[in-house]
Amino acid sequence: MLTPVPDADGAPFWEYAARGELRVQTCADCDEPRFPPRPCCPHCHSFASEWRATSGRGRIWSYVVPHPPLLPDYAAHAPYVVLLVELADAPRIRLVGNLVSEPGAALGSVPPDRVRIGARVQAVFGADGLPQWVLERP
Amino acid sequence: MTLKDATAIVGIGQTAFAKHLPESERALACRAVLAALDDAGIDPGEVDALASYTMEETDEVELAKAVGFGDLTYFSKVGFGGGGSCATVAHLAAAIAAGQATVGVAWRSRKRGSGPRPWTNTSVQLPTPAQWTRPFGLLRPADEIAMLARRYLHEYGATRDHLFNVALACRNRANRNPAAIMYDRPLTREMYMTARWISEPLCLYDNCLETDGALACVIVGRERARDCRRPPVYVHSAAQGLPAQHHGMVNYWNDDPLTGPAWAAARHLWKHADFTPSDVDVAQIYDAFTPLVPLSLEGYGFCGRGEGGAFTEGGALETGGRLPLNTGGGGLSEAYVHGFNLINEGVKQLRGTSTSQVPGAATCLVTAGEGVPTSALLLRN
Ligand SMILES: [Zn+2]
Repeated sequence: MLTPVPDADGAPFWEYAARGELRVQTCADCDEPRFPPRPCCPHCHSFASEWRATSGRGRIWSYVVPHPPLLPDYAAHAPYVVLLVELADAPRIRLVGNLVSEPGAALGSVPPDRVRIGARVQAVFGADGLPQWVLERP
Repeated sequence: MTLKDATAIVGIGQTAFAKHLPESERALACRAVLAALDDAGIDPGEVDALASYTMEETDEVELAKAVGFGDLTYFSKVGFGGGGSCATVAHLAAAIAAGQATVGVAWRSRKRGSGPRPWTNTSVQLPTPAQWTRPFGLLRPADEIAMLARRYLHEYGATRDHLFNVALACRNRANRNPAAIMYDRPLTREMYMTARWISEPLCLYDNCLETDGALACVIVGRERARDCRRPPVYVHSAAQGLPAQHHGMVNYWNDDPLTGPAWAAARHLWKHADFTPSDVDVAQIYDAFTPLVPLSLEGYGFCGRGEGGAFTEGGALETGGRLPLNTGGGGLSEAYVHGFNLINEGVKQLRGTSTSQVPGAATCLVTAGEGVPTSALLLRN
């Protein structure tokens, strides 16, 4: 599988995720969260930022179900569900991730017909440190 | 100074389009450029300006040597894949209008049909924003756009039949165009609805072709254009568009991901035009994926927000419809050469030589890739 290759701005996200925490970069001066991470705040131009914890709760904003041809590691799991989750704590911050049946479960562990836009999901973390999502009401 | 009608496209050229062509991209580029210059009746030694895409692999030095250009005084490349198509013409038009050059050639050569898929190259490892998407299996452009398409269908009640209307209009036009890859391959609703998925909600027929081929066009100033071999097609208005907080194909992180670069380009395009969307006789709208068309119809002002799906109903995009679309077959059914065929098809319409000619067509919108920083042209004869 492909692993994240963080840039300097994104590295903290992955470091927190590896510890089981879903944090979002937030301007330390005007409190505006932003994603993807970047050096300065587009609202107030401050270069000071913090990584604030989130509840890990969100709603499905959209999703896709990829089918082959795919990279071999992914083709082995297809069709699988890729979500775009809008965070409850920070509207308009939308994270791409996989819907799984339980923490650490494989891509493709939830049938696509169980997915609908607007459904509530919760962030969980697999052994590889990537955030995943489970349905609040499976 | 204004760009309005200051320059004109006076020559177009293309190679054959096919899944596999034996010649190199460089050789194909040379053939397309020479064909365009011959069409214009201009000697290669007179060319002093070039423009192409940053993804173009035949560089200016090689092309200039191979076909025997004169001294070049202007050259430009535009980023963001298919978003750069119309901007190549726009850059040359601006350079010529400003006196930086006199004869410009824009071109694109691509072996996508027989070459590797760009998304399979994982050695180009996950720069921003790919670190946020690719590990989760959002791998291909089709996956990235399908995410926006799913939300679009959900939010506005658009349907797969609307997407089919787009695919069908392009295929019907290709069925009349002997140069199109899908010249002899009709499409039916049943074929569409039972086709294999690529990335749900997008199926095989929602995706553009994989094509080898090259195209070019020649741009000169208004005065010079009057003396060329073909009737001039004027560059009436041109724009690029990179909206605030836009994020490329995965435009998921701004306030409103369903208003893409088309909206930003359209504002500038219409501000400098003498006519409005209702005066457009024929449109060539970038169609790497079918959902880009309803999104673009909204962005360029042919209908209201959320109405792009319904706009496609009742044969609106077909010949004789409200807005005949992609009359050569587009990227979906003629050839996918990063949208350059849409520019040349726009010229054919305004010359009256399209294989699906709109009678009396006098105005044409051509757009570049939506979903990436984009560009657009209004052409008139
Ligand atoms: Zn701030």
